[in-house]
Amino acid sequence: MADPALFEFLHTEMVAELWAQDPDPGPGGQKTSLLVLEGMGFRVGQALGERLPRETLTFREELDILKFLCKDLWVAVFHKQMDSLRTNHQVQAPLRLPGTLLCPQGTYVLQDNSFPLLVRMASGLQYLEEAPKFLAFTCGLLRGTLSTLGVKSLVTASVAALPACKFQVVIQKL
Amino acid sequence: MAVCVAVIAKENYPLYIRSIPTENELKFHYMVHTSLDVVDEKISAMGKALVDQRELYLGLLYPTEDYKVYGYVTNSKVKFVMVVDSSNTALRDNEIRSMFRKLHNSYTDVMCNPFYNPGDRIQSRWTKRMLRVLASSGHS
Repeated sequence: MADPALFEFLHTEMVAELWAQDPDPGPGGQKTSLLVLEGMGFRVGQALGERLPRETLTFREELDILKFLCKDLWVAVFHKQMDSLRTNHQVQAPLRLPGTLLCPQGTYVLQDNSFPLLVRMASGLQYLEEAPKFLAFTCGLLRGTLSTLGVKSLVTASVAALPACKFQVVIQKL
Repeated sequence: MAVCVAVIAKENYPLYIRSIPTENELKFHYMVHTSLDVVDEKISAMGKALVDQRELYLGLLYPTEDYKVYGYVTNSKVKFVMVVDSSNTALRDNEIRSMFRKLHNSYTDVMCNPFYNPGDRIQSRWTKRMLRVLASSGHS
């Protein structure tokens, strides 16, 4: 079935279209395009967050939600599971008032060793500067799904060597 | 026969509320509003209980002398509340569950509509679909 290819083509076209508009690729224009891509991913993530967990029972804790992202969401969109999920909780103590508890800020690192949207580009260190464009939509996707499931978060992506990439999810405790 | 259907957002404001006998709507709005407390109670009870009771369907929320109120909560904390006429005792649990499932499917479709902004009131052709669901539930 050609389903994965359709999304990949659409995504490539989206990125190409947004970058073709920019005659002078200064930092300002690039940022808007990245924001636009992330915004689109966010809306799609919100819809997926509603549709995918339909028959599953309610999530009991944050880790369940993250596991759902790694397994069900990734399989639905990219037809493969996320390769690794690591937690990286940092304990933050902003103001040391007597009687306050240290609130751990949940940080999760999701690693994908062969991200489908990057696999076609190159293998290794070539085109490392071009990689962030192709990750913005997916960051928005993760953020949107998390927001429907009730978790406010900040998602950033980093690439060390194509096609492996890491998504860092920082849960913001209100 | 279901007389009122309401979809309530995560922040407890109504996204869609519709009742069949269009006079006396305020009474149903009030009933849905009071049932939200019961829903919250059930959700928090579910979180604390160590039993594997993580179902989406909440069941009968509370009965009054004329009506029975049923609840259902989704994974995104959107609540569906249905008010059913008490005189129709032939409506079984399964039928209520299937009505909620249809509601959930329609709500998911609305969410996937790119022209719909999450958090807005639902105004699309959903209203006709919902009225059809309500009317069809009368055949029991």
